[in-house]
Amino acid sequence: AQDQALFDHVLRLGDDSLILGQRLGEWCGHAPSVEVDLSLANMALDLIGQATHFLNHAGDIEGHGRDGDALAFHRDVLDFRNCLLVEQPNADFAQTMARQLLFSTWQKMLFDHLIGSSDETIAAVAAKAVKEVTYHQELAAEWVIRLGDGTEESRRRMADGLDWMWRFIPELFEMDEIAVEAARQGVGVDVTVFRADYDARIRAVLAEATLEAPADQRPILGGRRGHHSEHLGHLLAPMQYVPRTYPDAKW
Amino acid sequence: MVAAAALDPIAGLWAVLESVPDPEIPVVSVVDLGIVRSVSPERVVITPTYTGCPATQVIERDIRDALDAAGYRGVRIETTLSPPWTTDWISEAGKGKLKAYGIAPPLPAGERAVECPQCGSTQTDEVSRFGSTPCKAQWRCRDCLEPFDLFKCH
Repeated sequence: AQDQALFDHVLRLGDDSLILGQRLGEWCGHAPSVEVDLSLANMALDLIGQATHFLNHAGDIEGHGRDGDALAFHRDVLDFRNCLLVEQPNADFAQTMARQLLFSTWQKMLFDHLIGSSDETIAAVAAKAVKEVTYHQELAAEWVIRLGDGTEESRRRMADGLDWMWRFIPELFEMDEIAVEAARQGVGVDVTVFRADYDARIRAVLAEATLEAPADQRPILGGRRGHHSEHLGHLLAPMQYVPRTYPDAKW
Repeated sequence: MVAAAALDPIAGLWAVLESVPDPEIPVVSVVDLGIVRSVSPERVVITPTYTGCPATQVIERDIRDALDAAGYRGVRIETTLSPPWTTDWISEAGKGKLKAYGIAPPLPAGERAVECPQCGSTQTDEVSRFGSTPCKAQWRCRDCLEPFDLFKCH
């Protein structure tokens, strides 16, 4: 159905932002410096703001009375539709920055295209958020360059972080039947149109960081259909605990 | 306020809104910040500054309280995302208040030199692009050596 594709599409957008926002929030109070701590918390806030808009919209499309909070806190792991990249563990700061570079570079290009979405809310959120995402991409690129072109240890950690995250890139550009249908309706976009730009942009950052691009690995897919790594459940448990234990709690 | 409302409801509404401070930067009002999009006897339309700004919900509640207290109980508050808010919506008066408060106002287009709000020097450096709230970056002055916030151009 037309609404089903739109709902699934918006859910994917919202879940990407929610899960990465929650992941970055885990750094709060633990980052290498107070400036970095604030940066990561600010990015988390931007992403959770996007998620709020997208998930509220998904709830409206669905029409069963679920709002953004209901979708965020009362769904089980198999019902999440985020890409696998965003649920990967923070590990060290370098791995966190590798994930951020790969995701924010993609999300910036995606939102640049979604500004033209025929769905007014998607277009408005994309137009509003794209400047914030530009900051995320720049911050991540600066750190990848600084760590890659840094000490022997920072370089090794940066290369390891990229190596871990690299296998999740193909999923960002997967065009399954839902993505194809969303693009056909004009609410989504064919993400393959900016794949070459994406690869060029990432390679430019890696070149400046004096890092080699990792070898292409076997792609890991499935997040968009609810097949997640074990890491997502461990992320959701602390996030959902309070609203599930006290379903009517207000603060 | 109630008397003003009886005379000219639109002017009365604007007066109420001008009395509502931003919760994070209380020297500027929600009108100075440019987040009030339109005012009619039926509704006030506001727009968020940053997508994830936690002040957004507080602002809506503060406006509601102020409207209720002034006798505008029937006026709805609506939120719109489009067109997106930018720092160009901050009034000149608002920029002056930010500076007097110690926050360097957003730079006009094409301007690159950030002026220290303490001493006026343009010998300044960015410390971090992210600051204590989503709208601010951390800077420091090389002349008076004081740190300060810059309201980010957005």
